This record gives sequence, structure tokens and C-alpha cells, in this order.
Amino acid sequence: MTPLESRTNGVAHHHANGDDTLLDCTIEELHYGKFKAVRDIALKIKKGTITAFIGPSGCGKSTALRCLNRMNDLVKGFHFRGHVIFRGQDIYKPGVDPVAVRRHIGMVFQQPNPFAMSIYRNVAFGLRLNRYKGAVADKVEQALRGAALWDEVKDKLHSSGLALSGGQQQRLCIARAIATEPAVLLMDEPCSALDPVATHRIEELMKELKKKYTIAIVTHNLQQAKRVADMTAFLYVDTTQGGRTGYQVEYGPTDALFENPQEKHTKDYLSGEFS
Amino acid sequence: MAVEATNGPNTGALDPAELKDLEWSLRQPRSLFSFAMSVLTGAATIGALLPLFSVLYLLVQKGIAALHFASFTDLPPAAMVEGGGFGNAIVGTFVIVSIATFIAVPFGIFAAIYITEFGPDTQTANAVRFAAKVLTGLPSILAGVFAFAVVVVASGGFSAPAAGVALALLMVPTILLTAEEAIKRVPTRMREAAVGMGATPTQMVARVVLPTALPGILTGIMLAIARAAGETAPLLFTALFSDFWMSRTNPHFLPKTMGDLMKPTASLAVMIYNFSGSPFDNQIAMAWSAALALVVIVLLTNIAGQALAKRTSNIR
Repeated sequence: MTPLESRTNGVAHHHANGDDTLLDCTIEELHYGKFKAVRDIALKIKKGTITAFIGPSGCGKSTALRCLNRMNDLVKGFHFRGHVIFRGQDIYKPGVDPVAVRRHIGMVFQQPNPFAMSIYRNVAFGLRLNRYKGAVADKVEQALRGAALWDEVKDKLHSSGLALSGGQQQRLCIARAIATEPAVLLMDEPCSALDPVATHRIEELMKELKKKYTIAIVTHNLQQAKRVADMTAFLYVDTTQGGRTGYQVEYGPTDALFENPQEKHTKDYLSGEFS
Repeated sequence: MAVEATNGPNTGALDPAELKDLEWSLRQPRSLFSFAMSVLTGAATIGALLPLFSVLYLLVQKGIAALHFASFTDLPPAAMVEGGGFGNAIVGTFVIVSIATFIAVPFGIFAAIYITEFGPDTQTANAVRFAAKVLTGLPSILAGVFAFAVVVVASGGFSAPAAGVALALLMVPTILLTAEEAIKRVPTRMREAAVGMGATPTQMVARVVLPTALPGILTGIMLAIARAAGETAPLLFTALFSDFWMSRTNPHFLPKTMGDLMKPTASLAVMIYNFSGSPFDNQIAMAWSAALALVVIVLLTNIAGQALAKRTSNIR
């Protein structure tokens, strides 16, 4: 099997100007120490859309997603070649503060991870980090409403966030992430720890959220990608060069990618015939 | 399937006729063994608690006799004099342990933060961890000798701060190691959440890691305090003892009693040590009372610590 060239619908630009691209992401190579985890990913994320990363386990979907707000910086031996242009600025340019990047590009994780504090303080956490001077209570309510959690928790804002159910916890984490109104919301398999009902609620929520936020989501649930995503990137694992390196096979509008995949790997994976 | 299995030969399934074997009976070797082991563990538990409670019993029985309200406010009695107390020793113990806590807590917690959050796999962290483990086994008398050489000799006399340094030396390893464990137990996903929110490492530690680990850290501090409060050997080299209030001019409590820090200072532990070897009955009785008071103080500290830890773990 020869490694397939990455295929994108657009040509990689180094600057996003003119169009409404919010994130222009090119990963040439990404290493963890000597291990090459991901290569050849190029995609542009438009403002106000949901972009899904799909692919088999170990194809580097989460790794690619975590590049978008420099979460990978925490991993020892992380080395990145490429660029992620956010509002005309490469977030990997020397001198860029990853902490500042993460305040604009928020994240929701696979496991709901509220802090061991009250619901209110969980949501207010980001506001306090940013030394928000305005009415914190209003912002908290707004964020909880935005995450479709307000009605369920408005009477117990000062009880522990850890006492909520899994689905509620995940919506709390979404509320926490949107309280500071970041431009982009990265969601790393946000429903994989949830039951179908909670999953459905989060999906509805995502469709609502994309009016205000740009969302990138990793999911191993193809149906979920189909239901919520405007654009979908299919990543696959290349084992020919030793090790397992994820790369982008195909990227395009979700409908087109599911209805009419251009690459054999995509076709096989979508029809369930993958090794 | 199930019916066939019970009728067929060599299926290994239970014959319904053997159902009586399901009844619990000591005649079954495994039941007998299990029962014997349960009895053994119970007996061992009682065996371990017995000395503890007999010590407490003895302490209460002997200590309560000479214990009056005045015991907490008066100065140690001279030989064959009725009355007296250990007021200055309580104040001294409180002052010395406070000084030790103020020294040991920042060192212990900051070091724990360093070896868990900022340099977990560095040579420094390994060295610190190793040193702390070795230091937990440090004979307390050596801490006293060390503080004698470093503080008493340098400052020109026995004093409460010298004793504080000696006790801090014994407290730091306990605080460090328990704080390390508590911090390590904070789930990684909470750290990730904080970082994902755009928290700097300092904000992550101060606002997420430490509050989450607080109950464990407090428990460690309380353990260290409880141990330090009962130490005698280090104090003999550093605080010595005093038959007077810390400020010799004032026989009454607070705050003037806190006056002369740089003088020999009384403590319950040393008082017990001194008086228990006394040939005079009244002083021996006072030693028992002081011992009872010390145990109660340590116990109360522990209970307060537990309650505090519980309160902080319930979220406001």
C-alpha cells in the first residue's frame, strides 16, 4: 500500500484573507519524541461551521485537534512542523503565548471534567482567569443558558459540579468553555462517555452553538459527524513507514464526503470495510 | 441446554440433588478456613487496639487526679507544693509548634508542588523525594542536635524559634510526602480542563490543583503537627524548659505571655520528661496531668483537622 497524498478541496494558503476562514491548519509533521504521530493535514475551518475529524482509532484525530489550541505543548517531546493561522496569526510562531491562544480557542474534553467546585464557580472560572470586571453572575447565567443547562441547575448553582449526571457535567463543561466567549470551541469526542439521550442533547446544542462559535469536533461516531458537521476530515493510519502515523485522506463537505468519497480508504471506512 | 447439561455425564454441572451442598457449613474446608481467617483478623485488630486503649485508660485514670482548671493557668509547682499547673508549658508548646508549622508548611507544600507539577521526572525531584523519605526516619534527637548547632549556638541561647526549627525539620518530610500524594491524586483531566481554559501553570496550581488536593494536604499537616507536639528530645537541645511565663513579668494569659521568644521556653513534652523523673509525688502527678492534656490537645488538633478537611472537600 502506498501512502496516499493528502487531498483537500482547497489549496493551502498561508494567510486567510478575503474569505471567512477562521482557522487555517497545516500539519506537515507532528512528532512525540521519535514517534511521528501525524503528517500531512491541511484544512481550513470556516467561521460558524462545525468541522468533524473522523477515522479509526490511533489515526491522530485527537492529536490534530489538540494542535489547534496548543494543548499538545503539554506533552513531553512534542514537536510540530506546520502552521495554524488563527485570525491572520500563526499560533505556532515563536513568541506566541499558548495560554493566550487557549483563551480564544476553548476546549471540551472526552471525559466530562468539571472542577471540584460549585456549578457557579466552574462557569465563572474562565471569567476570573481573565479578571472579568463586569457582572459575573449574568455571564454565568448566559453561559448556562447557552449550554442548555440553566433550567436544570438554576436552583442549585452553589452545589458541586461533580454531583451532576454525566450529560449535565458535559454541558457544564461546555458552559464553562463558552462563558469567556472564545472564537473556536474544540470538542474531543464530547459524547463518547454519554448515553444516547445526553448525546442527542449535546448534538442539538452544537447546532445551536455554531451560530455564535466555530466548532471542531473529533468523533468516532460516523452518524454523529453526519448529523452535525458541515465539513468532515477523514484521517487514516499509515503503517508503511514503521510506526503508526495518522494522515489526512480526504477533507470536504460532510454530505459530499459521505455520499461520494473520492478515496478508497474513505469508501472502505465509511462502509465498514476497514482493517 | 441447561437441562441436557444436568443429565449428561461429565458436564461438570451441579446435580440438583447436591443442592444441600449450597448450605453454609463449617465442615466445608474452605468455609472453615474463611471463618478462621475472619476470626484471626478480628483478633489482631483487638490485639493492636488493646495497648492503645490501656495507655489512654492509664492516662485518664492517673492524669485526671491532679487536673483542675488552675492546672491550665498556673506555673509548674515546686517540690512538695500543692497546686500549680502547666499553663506556661501549653503556651510554650503552642508557640513552638506554631513556629515549626509556619516554617514547615510553605517548604513542604511548595516542594511538593515542584516535584509533582513542574519537575516530576527531574534529578532534583528524585533527590528531593529520596531525601524526604530518608528524613521521615530521622531520629528526632538529631533534629535537636542540628538546631542546637545552627540556631542555639548562633543565636546565643535556648529559644522557642530554635525549637521551631528542630520540629520543622521533622515536619517537612511528612508534609511534603502527603502533599505530593494528595496533589498526584488530582485527576489529570482537571488539570487539562484548566489548561484548556487558558490558565497559566500558576493559575492551574493555585485555583484547581491545590483546592482539590486541600483535604489531603491538611491531613498531612495535622499528622505532622500531632507528631511534632509530642516530641521531647529535640526540645531538650533547643527550647530547654522554663518555670516561668514567656514574658517573666506577666503571670496571666495572652498576649503578654508571648513576650520573650528568645528565652528558654517551657513545653508540655519536656515538662512530662522532667517531672516524670522527679522524686516528688506532686510533680509526678502533674506529669500525668500534663500528659493527659497533651494527648487531648493532639486529639483535638486531629479532629479539627479532619473536620476542616471534610468541610473543604464539600464544595462551597
